[in-house]
Amino acid sequence: MNLVKVMDVQEEEYIYPGTRMCAGCAMALIYRFALKALGPKTILTVPASCLTVLHGMQGFCTTKVSVLHTPFATTGASASGIVASLEEKGLNNEICVVAFAGDGGTVDIGIQALSGAAERGTDFIYACYDNEAYMNTGVQRSGATPQGAHTTTTPGGKMKPKKNMLKIMEAHGIAYVATANGSYPIDIYEKFKKARTMIGTKYIHILSPCPPGWGYDPKETIKIGRLAVETGFWPLYEIINGKFNLSRESKKYLDPSKRKPIIDYLGAQKRFKGISDEDIEDYKTYINNLWDEIKKRIDH
Amino acid sequence: MKESKKTIIVTGNHAAAHALRQAKVGVISAYPITPQSPVVEKISDFINEGKMKARFLMVESEHSAAAACCAASATGSRVGTATSSHGLMLMYEMLPWASGTRLPIIINLATRSCGAPWSVWDDHSDFIAARDVGWIQFMCEDNQEIYDTNLQAFKIAEDPRVYVPAIVAYDGYILSHTMMPIEVEMQEDIDAFLPPLTHHLNLSDITQIKGVGPVTTPDIVKRTEGTAPGYYEFRYSLQKALENSIAIIKEVHDEFVDKFGRSYGNGLFKTILTEDTDTIIFAMGSVSSQARNAIKKLRDIGIKIGLVSLRLFRPFPVNQLRDYFKDKKNIIVFDRDIGYGYEGVLCYELKAALYGLKNAPFIKGYIVGLGGRDIKDEHFIEGVQKALKQSEQGEIVHETEFLGLKLEELEL
Ligand SMILES: Cc1ncc(C[n+]2csc(CCOP(=O)(O)OP(=O)(O)O)c2C)c(N)n1
Ligand code: SF4
Ligand SMILES: [Mg+2]
Repeated sequence: MNLVKVMDVQEEEYIYPGTRMCAGCAMALIYRFALKALGPKTILTVPASCLTVLHGMQGFCTTKVSVLHTPFATTGASASGIVASLEEKGLNNEICVVAFAGDGGTVDIGIQALSGAAERGTDFIYACYDNEAYMNTGVQRSGATPQGAHTTTTPGGKMKPKKNMLKIMEAHGIAYVATANGSYPIDIYEKFKKARTMIGTKYIHILSPCPPGWGYDPKETIKIGRLAVETGFWPLYEIINGKFNLSRESKKYLDPSKRKPIIDYLGAQKRFKGISDEDIEDYKTYINNLWDEIKKRIDH
Repeated sequence: MKESKKTIIVTGNHAAAHALRQAKVGVISAYPITPQSPVVEKISDFINEGKMKARFLMVESEHSAAAACCAASATGSRVGTATSSHGLMLMYEMLPWASGTRLPIIINLATRSCGAPWSVWDDHSDFIAARDVGWIQFMCEDNQEIYDTNLQAFKIAEDPRVYVPAIVAYDGYILSHTMMPIEVEMQEDIDAFLPPLTHHLNLSDITQIKGVGPVTTPDIVKRTEGTAPGYYEFRYSLQKALENSIAIIKEVHDEFVDKFGRSYGNGLFKTILTEDTDTIIFAMGSVSSQARNAIKKLRDIGIKIGLVSLRLFRPFPVNQLRDYFKDKKNIIVFDRDIGYGYEGVLCYELKAALYGLKNAPFIKGYIVGLGGRDIKDEHFIEGVQKALKQSEQGEIVHETEFLGLKLEELEL
């Protein structure tokens, strides 16, 4: 195993300081490490989202690589167009095209364009930073909002669980599927580095805690993100050409007794305030089933 | 293989495909829809046979097709595509995006009515719906014009004084599926007329770091690094580029006439049998084609009448039309479209353009041929006779009239 250590991470920063992200925004951290891993030969494309805000105003590019802004539903298509143009110029092996979108832009309005791009085997990385709601427009529910969570459009808590986007992407038979989490930046770095070297469609889904949307103190971001992993709710893994690898930070949670109770995670966020016992039971079942499946895939 | 100038017999769709091939389009992203599909099928053949080097992205919707076209153009490729009706409707979000980013993309539009109810047949509703999104819009009358206008459109759209995308429209079925002879020019002559794209945007040049299409504000933004325009300034420059493009459209048309010997009026509109009369039919596309015939019949029954066929719908050639119509007495407009709740769009555009002219002509509009209903000579004759009577009596009727309706045959 080629372990990346902190000292191996590129020192160069690709985001200029002074962006307009909220204090404690995990997405900013995720983006920072992803761009470090990707390096200068990268073209980004970004739909409407909090990330648009990070990229700042006309005339001043906030990143040290170019970004093509694109309407909300089009991220996969926009990336496809960039790749096609690079192919025409014979530059596609040199320059990496990376789409970065929120959960709404990925699992809801952008799912068609993403599915099309994946089905065509488009050679690019698609990264979804998942803060589990439409944050940019004021915390409305998305298909990725988890069960029981309050948003401005689910004032009584969301009735249905989160859409399983990872299964959907895996079903496309693409080169690389991985989960990540803002609290594990080295893992993010490693996964983007790996995806950067692979040919075909690479999909990385990164859980991205959001203080105003989830309702916790900005200084708790890293802790909240870790709890998602430590409770077993958000296992870190990768699927390389169909082969499942549990990432090292998640390995020990194969043992159910090592997992923290889910209530530690849910209880730390105001969006789950008043969550019902039934919902909590559903979470427990969901986590147990998830890990049973992981165990089966590892044993095979 | 060296290609020589030759005459081929092709449909309008294939005329468009030949033009895209010879324009050496770098990226095409498209989605099939009737009656445009043969354009993308023909291009697939060209690529398959090695006659065309373009990257062809067959995507999963027109919305994605348009988005991919925008992205490929911003990455520095020459980009063209084709669509119709619902396809253009689905692309709609991307249309002001392309013009706002000043991407010189060309869309071939085989016109078709918009549902509901379903109709695959022709009218200009889709073309008209793209009126206010900042694109140059041409309407063609025959297959040669489709081929020629495509080549001109790339040169115009890519002119650094313009950088505005363009729609080249032609009537679905009536042209898209009708075979006609067209002259296809030698590749080297096309190359001399249309050199490779020099774009103001090229994301593939990673030494030039750019944020393309980000957030703007109501006001300009001043910072130590420089001053950035607000949305207002961006959109002002688009409007100016469109206004100024009229001169460039004429310039490119003149150069085309010099090089290839085929002309389309003054490049903005065509005049037919107008020398000896102050009574004019104003129309575009298939309506003009039919009117060419009808004016002869009208002349046979003693009505001296000519035709002005509009080629450039956007930017609307206001000054040139004002100048042309200033001495005319009667204009009868036939629209294969309607601004629902008002009247035919060409009709009210022309009225607005001629506003304030001293002795402004009498203008009367009719709706014809929506959803592919046949437009016949007798519709023109009926409309013109009625209009001339109203003109004589100084009567101005604002009610929108449909010619060729068959209400009386329906048991309602
Ligand atoms: C077609 C369209 N519909 C709606 C919007 C409004 N809109 C902009 S961003 C956004 C939510 C983005 O949510 P997500 O993708 O999860 O990113 P986040 O803001 O949470 O980072 C919405 C609904 C839009 N820009 N375009
Ligand atoms: S709302 Fe959430 S995701 Fe958006 S910038 Fe703030 S913390 Fe980040
Ligand atoms: Mg979100």
